[in-house]
Amino acid sequence: MTAAAEGSPALRAAGPRRSPLLQSEAAQGFALISPTFVYALILLVLPILVVIAHSFWTQNYLTIDHTFTLENYRIALTEPIYRDLLWRSLYISLTVSLLTVVLAYPIAYFISFHGGRHKSLWLFLITIPFWTSYLLRVMSWKVILGYNGVLNSGLMGLGIISEPSDALLYNSTAVIITLTHAWATFAILPIFVSLEKVDRTLVEAATDLGDGPLRSFLRVTLPLSAPGVISAALIVMIPTVGDYVTPKLVGGKDGVMIANAIQAQFGKAANWPLGAALSVTTMVIVSLMAGATVLIIRALQRLAR
Amino acid sequence: MLERVQTERTQSERTMIEIRDVTRSYGSFKALDNASLAIREGEFFSLLGPSGCGKTTLLRMIAGFDNPTSGSILVGGQPMDGIPPNRRPTNMVFQSYAIFPHLNVEQNVAYGLKRLKLAAGEEKRRVEEALAQVSLTGLGKRRATELSGGQRQRVALARALVMRPKVLLLDEPLSALDKKLREQMQVELRRLQQAVGITFVLVTHDQYEALAMSDRIAVMFGGRIAQVASPKEIYQRPVNRQVADFLGGMNFVKAEIVEENGASLVLDTLGFGRVKTDKPKAFVRNGGKATLGIRPERLRVLWDNATAKFEVAGKVVERHYFGEITHLIVEIPGLEKPLSVTETNDFGADDIPVGTSIRLGYDPEALVAMAD
Repeated sequence: MTAAAEGSPALRAAGPRRSPLLQSEAAQGFALISPTFVYALILLVLPILVVIAHSFWTQNYLTIDHTFTLENYRIALTEPIYRDLLWRSLYISLTVSLLTVVLAYPIAYFISFHGGRHKSLWLFLITIPFWTSYLLRVMSWKVILGYNGVLNSGLMGLGIISEPSDALLYNSTAVIITLTHAWATFAILPIFVSLEKVDRTLVEAATDLGDGPLRSFLRVTLPLSAPGVISAALIVMIPTVGDYVTPKLVGGKDGVMIANAIQAQFGKAANWPLGAALSVTTMVIVSLMAGATVLIIRALQRLAR
Repeated sequence: MLERVQTERTQSERTMIEIRDVTRSYGSFKALDNASLAIREGEFFSLLGPSGCGKTTLLRMIAGFDNPTSGSILVGGQPMDGIPPNRRPTNMVFQSYAIFPHLNVEQNVAYGLKRLKLAAGEEKRRVEEALAQVSLTGLGKRRATELSGGQRQRVALARALVMRPKVLLLDEPLSALDKKLREQMQVELRRLQQAVGITFVLVTHDQYEALAMSDRIAVMFGGRIAQVASPKEIYQRPVNRQVADFLGGMNFVKAEIVEENGASLVLDTLGFGRVKTDKPKAFVRNGGKATLGIRPERLRVLWDNATAKFEVAGKVVERHYFGEITHLIVEIPGLEKPLSVTETNDFGADDIPVGTSIRLGYDPEALVAMAD
């Protein structure tokens, strides 16, 4: 060791040589992500493969017939009941994501541009409702919208209606209202983040070049925050299509969505292959819709020029 | 196209921007303290000072992004009180250039024109003209993200010039460029300003930049305007030590006032003896003492038996080599601080050994009297 310290030092430690496989950067990368990868494989990919496999089989009372068939898909796509449920789910999730983004944008804008020193306080206040269970929040809408609920008694107290309305609860509107409220934060946060990234001098530059506040917003701030709007729309749209709890609690007969039908197939109706086919159909349609949303927002962004 | 343009166009005497007793305070801190200034039409005017001196605040108030706490600003004779930036006849080149990342070069340049609803051909013609002015012809379709720093700066310039403003405001436009590009852009900016004839107001903390480009410079310290004059006068006749120091090196020598009259001063110094100098216009004596200043390059080494009418003798204590010049530190008997001398290397100043006794010649014109 003294020789090494005095003379020219050895460039590499002369330890045991490691296998060339582990020295490749790609292999090291895979090794690094392998725990997460295995986790994702077991909990995400395998279940989806199982569901896809089931959708091509047939339920034979208690056993499953493993012969390949497209019958489940024929039922899922052509039976009026499933078609209606699917349309309704898509309609509800689209409306909810549109409403959520429209309502969330001004809030995110306010916090980002006018929050001043209190930005983090504002964000903190917005997350407070999420400290309670989702179920409780849905139930509280039942209290607000119900026959003897807050809204009805309030309107009656003001003399606007003479008897309680039962049109508020147990329909798709109630589902839309509840979901819009429940998903607000998930839309505010990504929009807020993308607004934070908008360089304020760009807005100043737009003003300097003659734009008033509205024009500079439409031509600079809005197009530059489009990534946040896209993620907000997707974050809300994708899970709400398959929402199960909200329609169950506030949807009533008219607010039933596709997830309730899928649950029924896996539960009481005990037709797993049909349930699986419904799931896969929904998954594919939601993916297409999400892709379409991204394309539409991008096109609008280009239009803003 | 820009090559043929004269770099000194005759100046108009009309005032383009008038700053009247403008103060901008943030709480008890005064970013700008009772500043008054008149900038002429077609002038290349620089606001020069260290960071925090209020130069950017003043520029932003001319643009309309900030408002004076008191006082008023006039552009082209019109008071600007309460007029938002989008209705002012000024355009700005931002320090960060503020190029719209979602638009390409052409769309960036046409941004302000869109609102004017010009005929399609006219808009295109003006955009191309502006791109040609900044030598960016052919890059119109490039995305903002595909441009180099120098190109982004040119886009910012074209985007402002295409609006044909009465005043172009430039907020440290060259500070993000590397040295070579910066020097090249200084020349180009000056040529461009002479070609378009628009009043340019430049904010900078780089004294060489201000000296190289401006018709006149306002030197600012701590929210106050210390001196407004041509580059030559600012450099050669600074009003006080602060201004002198900010614009390159200067030797300061303590002096006592022997005689003062309308046009001249007689001062007694230890190193330079009794000196008679012009009295600066702004000179107001403060007691019996004053400071005498001389730039390092105005002192020259006297070789062999050469003599000068005015000379001081001393000993070289340090020598610093800078390529084309050498910096000598010379101790003069009687002076508490040694003198800095800058000498070109043509005659071998880089070979003078430390410890050599030398004589320095100077022109009494180069001595500047400053109040203490």
